[in-house]
Amino acid sequence: MTRAAFGALLSHWWRNPLQLFTLLAGLALATGLWSGVQAINAEARASYDAAASTLDEGRYDRLVARDGGAFAQDNYIALRRAGWQVSPMVTGDLNGVRLIGLDALTAPSGMGPVSLGGGTDLGAFLTGSAQVFANAATAARLDGVEVLIADDLANDTAVADIGTAQALLGREGLIDSLLVMPDQPVGLPALGEVAPDLTMQAAQGGTDIAGLTDSFHLNLTAFGLLSFAVGIFIVHGAIGLAFEQRRGMVRTLRALGVPLNRLIGLMLAELLVFALVAGVIGVALGYVIAALLLPDVAATLRGLYGADVSGNLQLRPVWWLSGLGIAFAGTLIAGGSALWGISKMPLLAAAQPRALAMAAGRRARWQLVVALVLLALAAVLVFTADGLVAGFAMLGALLIGAAFALPPVLNAVLAFASARAKGVTAQWFWADTRQQLPGLSLALMALMLAIAANVGVSTMVSSFRLTFTGFLDQRLASELYVSTDSAEQTAALISYAETEGVAVLPIQSADVQIAGHPAEVFGTRDHATYRDNWQFLQSSAGAWDATFAGQAVVINEQLARRAGLALGDPVTFGSVTLPVAGIYGDYGNPVGQVVLVEDVFATEFPHVVARQFGLRISGDVGDFVNDLTAATGIGAGQTIDQAGIKAVSLAIFERTFTVTTALNILTLAVAGFAILMSLLTLAAMRVPQLAPAWAMGMTRAALGRLELLRAVMLAVLTAVLALPLGLALAWVLLAVVNVAAFGWQLPMYLFPLDYARLGGFALVAAVLAAGWPAWRLARTPPGDLLKVFANER
Amino acid sequence: MNAKAFVLCLLPVTATAQGFAGLGTDVDGFSTPAPNPVFDFPADHGPHPDYRIEWWYLTANLEDADGTPYGLQWTLFRSALAPYDVEGWQSPQLWMGHAAVTTETDHFVAERLARGGIGQAGVVADPFNAWIDDWALEGDWQMMQMRASGTDFAYQMDLTANGPLVFHGDGGYSVKSAAGQASYYYSQPFFDISGTLQLPTGDVEVTGSAWLDREWSSQPLAENQTGWDWFSLSFDDGDKLMGFRLQQDDGMNYTSATWITADGDATPYPDGALQVEPLGLNAADVPVRWRLTLPDRGVDVTVQAINDDAWMATSVPYWEGPVTFEGTHQGRGYLEMTGYE
Amino acid sequence: MCYFNGMTLLTVDNLSKTYATADGPFAVLRGVSMTLEAGESLALTGESGSGKSTLLHLIGGLDRPDAGSILLQGQDIARLDDAGRAALRRGTVGVVFQQFNLIPSLKIADNIAFQARLAGRHDADWCAVLADRMGLTDHLRKYPEQLSGGQQQRVAIARTLAPRPALVLADEPTGNLDEGTAATVMDMMLELVAETGAGLLMVTHSQALAGRLQRRLHLRAGQVA
Repeated sequence: MTRAAFGALLSHWWRNPLQLFTLLAGLALATGLWSGVQAINAEARASYDAAASTLDEGRYDRLVARDGGAFAQDNYIALRRAGWQVSPMVTGDLNGVRLIGLDALTAPSGMGPVSLGGGTDLGAFLTGSAQVFANAATAARLDGVEVLIADDLANDTAVADIGTAQALLGREGLIDSLLVMPDQPVGLPALGEVAPDLTMQAAQGGTDIAGLTDSFHLNLTAFGLLSFAVGIFIVHGAIGLAFEQRRGMVRTLRALGVPLNRLIGLMLAELLVFALVAGVIGVALGYVIAALLLPDVAATLRGLYGADVSGNLQLRPVWWLSGLGIAFAGTLIAGGSALWGISKMPLLAAAQPRALAMAAGRRARWQLVVALVLLALAAVLVFTADGLVAGFAMLGALLIGAAFALPPVLNAVLAFASARAKGVTAQWFWADTRQQLPGLSLALMALMLAIAANVGVSTMVSSFRLTFTGFLDQRLASELYVSTDSAEQTAALISYAETEGVAVLPIQSADVQIAGHPAEVFGTRDHATYRDNWQFLQSSAGAWDATFAGQAVVINEQLARRAGLALGDPVTFGSVTLPVAGIYGDYGNPVGQVVLVEDVFATEFPHVVARQFGLRISGDVGDFVNDLTAATGIGAGQTIDQAGIKAVSLAIFERTFTVTTALNILTLAVAGFAILMSLLTLAAMRVPQLAPAWAMGMTRAALGRLELLRAVMLAVLTAVLALPLGLALAWVLLAVVNVAAFGWQLPMYLFPLDYARLGGFALVAAVLAAGWPAWRLARTPPGDLLKVFANER
Repeated sequence: MNAKAFVLCLLPVTATAQGFAGLGTDVDGFSTPAPNPVFDFPADHGPHPDYRIEWWYLTANLEDADGTPYGLQWTLFRSALAPYDVEGWQSPQLWMGHAAVTTETDHFVAERLARGGIGQAGVVADPFNAWIDDWALEGDWQMMQMRASGTDFAYQMDLTANGPLVFHGDGGYSVKSAAGQASYYYSQPFFDISGTLQLPTGDVEVTGSAWLDREWSSQPLAENQTGWDWFSLSFDDGDKLMGFRLQQDDGMNYTSATWITADGDATPYPDGALQVEPLGLNAADVPVRWRLTLPDRGVDVTVQAINDDAWMATSVPYWEGPVTFEGTHQGRGYLEMTGYE
Repeated sequence: MCYFNGMTLLTVDNLSKTYATADGPFAVLRGVSMTLEAGESLALTGESGSGKSTLLHLIGGLDRPDAGSILLQGQDIARLDDAGRAALRRGTVGVVFQQFNLIPSLKIADNIAFQARLAGRHDADWCAVLADRMGLTDHLRKYPEQLSGGQQQRVAIARTLAPRPALVLADEPTGNLDEGTAATVMDMMLELVAETGAGLLMVTHSQALAGRLQRRLHLRAGQVA
């Protein structure tokens, strides 16, 4: 019985391959987009982790030479002999691979990334046999050394014993940095007594980079979810249609003695088989998407955040599983209501179009109620949402509510147009469009979600970019940064800069506690640099004037949020109490900041002497550094070419758009596909509806043109409705989700040209999707149209 | 596994993977001890790189002005990956230092690791200096200074020898198994010691007696030997006893002992003369109460740890702490037990 | 189990069924009793709404009565649960519907064999005989939509007879066919049913058709007239 019944169920798909294709393709595309985004995310994270575990540099304080260069190994021995628990590192480039030399005996435990297999010859590793560890991909690029494979190493990274590394790099007796162990023995002499040429560099903690990259990843994940939601609408449509068309068969099967439970079980099994097939295809598709996009994503992240992401993609079981899981979940979500309907369907009720129509009417009303409830929930969450889960719940409520609200809204618009239509063709067009709406509504919902997602994500990414470039302008305003290591050098720098007419802006800071939170106070010189480049989130009039007059301070957003400070509120540290005149964005910085005029700073913190300076140089930075070295003896190692860094950062940031645009087009392609499939499946039903219009004198070509026009008109209407939804989505991502996740809000900017372009894409997708069905319709043989009348009795 | 643990895995002297049983492995290329040794001092106080392992091992029983007992340990191990030494990172000599202070209630431990050849650790025979990082044991073997530090303790000690070197086994050739495994082994058990312990509770001035062991070999244990229990006992009448039991995986033991009179005359005792019997375990199942009998000297004593919890949680864990004993004789000493992790 | 001609195949006793409608409850059947012997054919006639189709559905296990009993081969099918009634429909009873109810995505040969396969007693030779007798041999590889109405109903009849049911129920089997075709299909059906020895219960509003069956039962307002 089971075999015969299953065979009958499956035979439907062989007779209707287009439906099967729609179902599988929709699910596969949805899964593909999801797992593609996940793959990019997972790969990037895995790369961070590998890079982090390779070095852990950020986790430890480090001793480095004051001039930033390498220093003699004697310093290491002297420090160890004085009790300092430090471990030497040397790094350098070997055939384009970053070679890290470390001493396994003194390195912090947990730092060695290398899971060394048994049988490794330790003697060879430690005693200069030119053995290095690298992963398989990197190993292929290393010649002349014995490479031991360690797959958990990051790409382009090799690890060797420090002695081996020194020899390979031609840097015998030199060390780049010393990692300082967190636990030091009692009675340690001061660093200056043992190694006066070295200086302590505090652990980074890593929050700054992690904050920004996590934000980017979170937004990519949200994008993946949205894409998947679009896909689910397609699958829902395809499954719903397939089940609707098989109602008769289901009834016959039951009449012939297949028990209901068995039937439901078989249909569920059928769906799961489809989910498996489509899921596998989808994950493979996602791999292709990710492989195509990953080099750009990797470059983006590396450039943006300095995070080291290798441009290689590996198939990871995690996203295979997550991809398949999401395919199954999506299928069950989409198929659940259809199966429920089948289980509730009475055995005897003959196909009653009127009842079905009434049921559809009830469903439409239910959808509207659900839509209103969800939108109301989203509205409530706007005011109450606190935390990431609530933020995402709000996102979900907003999107699903809007999607459910689409058909009634479109219906109202069409009814409005219909009532005002002049001429019989126009009247027929509007009325016929309304009749079409139920069949197309799922595809239109998918399109709306796709456009909204694209609008939202474009807005988010572009706002992110604007904010970040503004932030770079603000923070890297000075073309050159110079560190001095003595009062004499400082004086020499200032006098040289004066002769050259270059502004010198001291960078001096002190750590304080403000309202119980740690914060840094910066003493700042009055200069146009600040007035021109710093962008306030909020400010009172003449904020900089008041600040430089010593009558106010400006603070960063983190401090404002943590200490609950608003404009005009007093900030107190030490003996200073001044009002807040402005709040500036300080993205990714975990610590609160206060900017104060230098005179007040000097009075309050007399012991702090500026040793770092920003220089505003109009000419070539390299030439200036050469001249500076010649004139003052300040070496290039004491300078940082900020202008160069900024240019590279900005150039690489532009690549974010490659990814965003590619994802936009993919999502729209999925939505376009939904429209195409809906129109194709509706085509068969269209013939009886169009036959009367044809009989009354409209040509088939005219009918075809109207079909195309209808699809385009519906797409435009949907796009118009999607725009505010997309903007709402962006706002939720920037102002709710980001704040919940990371504690800072990204300002939102609007990009009308981008939206117009997206609307254009959506239109193209709709035309491409509707073109073929319309063309087919225009080619319908007159005989088929005549048959409509012949069949009617 | 991190690289450090990995390195330690392969350290022949401290083979964590196989426990102390790893000491009973092959000798390839290294020298092995031979009977009838002729020592050459001060050169032999220095390192012997052609032997696989070597140590400078000092333990001390101390007490403060109130009579409160303390134990102290300062050890430098040398372990060779190959039987030679060169300057630079390429040196196959590896060094490991252990320092500890044991009170009745606490046990402070520190460990240091270093590569040979770069000056971070090593031993020079004349003038004698053994060091790793800021730890050192230096002097002329009559007057010596010693220091070590950890995250929660430190000590500085002065040592004065008031007796001769004592050679174990057959003139310093100490046999470790029936199969003939052996080491070169001599001691200076007659140090008076005084100095300062820096403990979290404050500085403590202490005095007492110290015992410095020197031992080197390439294969000190037989393959079937899994660990040892080593005793150094100082009797209140001035005599001393060094004894050890090597555990075998068949449940049998190999014992050896040296009786040292107050003026430094040494009498070796072969396998079986000394009998050693565990009486009670601590919470971690390490025996911290023992019965020792050496019928030839009329010795039958019960040895008891001052602090049961003197576990050395180092790369290669073991138990090392001060003891007292009573029975036919009274006194104090040190106990080291390996092979219990 | 084998029932010979002359033994009682079906005993319906005091059967009642009420449906809820927009105008309130409507008693379709009000205490109907009847019997059918094995191999006997019975025409069920009556006006539209007299309850004849409902009676057929209840006997076929497609619906449950409110009161009364239906003994089929000694088993009270009114008391069966869903699974039991499904098993009854699979193996014991065959129903020929007015709308044919073929499975559109299966070929004719598979449609004919379908119910026998469900019942687990597919007999290829018997199916070939049925196809031949129903004049379908040339159409076995076609799909239902490629056949005329008369041909489709012949497929449905063959499908019903393929598992050799003890009782064949037919609900206006020729109601959707033109007169000429209807006569041919009816001849084929009656002949084959008689040959298999199954009992036949046929709902019809045609007096002529009813006259071709052995007995006739007329329903009026839910009761035996």
